[in-house]
Amino acid sequence: MSTLVLALAITAAQIILGLAMVCAAWRVMFGPRAQDRVLGLDALYLAGMLLLLTYGIQTGRTLFFEAALAIALLGFAGTVALAKFLMRGEVIE
Amino acid sequence: MIQAPDLPLWAAIVVGLFVLLGATITLIGTIGLLRLKRFYKRVHPPTLGSTMGTTCILIASVTCFSVLQSRPVLHEILIGIFVTLTTPVTLMLLARAALYRDRREGRKDVPQD
Repeated sequence: MSTLVLALAITAAQIILGLAMVCAAWRVMFGPRAQDRVLGLDALYLAGMLLLLTYGIQTGRTLFFEAALAIALLGFAGTVALAKFLMRGEVIE
Repeated sequence: MIQAPDLPLWAAIVVGLFVLLGATITLIGTIGLLRLKRFYKRVHPPTLGSTMGTTCILIASVTCFSVLQSRPVLHEILIGIFVTLTTPVTLMLLARAALYRDRREGRKDVPQD
C-alpha cells in the first residue's frame, strides 16, 4: 500500500517537473531577448537535473545521481560561457 | 513505469512528501519565469527551484538511499553544495551582461546604480 502511494507521488512529481521543463523551454524558444533565453536554459537544466534525481529515487540506482552531477557541472559552465558571450561578444579573449 | 522502492511506512511518507514539495516549488519558480514582465524581475523566480526545490528533492533522495542501504548515504549533498555555490555566480553574471547590453542600447527602463 505504502509502495503504491509512494509510486504515485513520485510519478506525479515527475509530471510536475516535466511541466516545469515545458515552461522553461517556452522561455528558451520565445524569450524576447537573448538573456531571457539563457535564463530559460538555466531553469531548464535545473529541472532536468531534479527529474533525473527522482528517477534515481524511483529505481533505487545510484547511476542517475552521477548523470545529475554531470548535468549540474556542464550547465554551470554553459550558462557562464553564454553570459560571457552576451557581455563581450566572445567567450575566451 | 509506475514503480517505487520498497520502503517502510515512515520513509515512504517522508520521501513522497519531499519529492512532491520540491517538484511543486520548482514548477512555481518556472511559472514565475513565464509570467513576470521584465527581465530584471524574471531573474529571481528560477532561484526558487535551485534552493528550496533542490534541497527538498535531495532530502528525499538521501532518506531513500539511506534506508535502502541501511547506512548513511550522503553523496547527494555534493549536488546541493554545487548548485548553492554556482547559482548566484551565474545569475549575477547574467544580470550584469543584460545590464550592460541594455545600457549600451540607451534604454530608459534600466535599473539605476
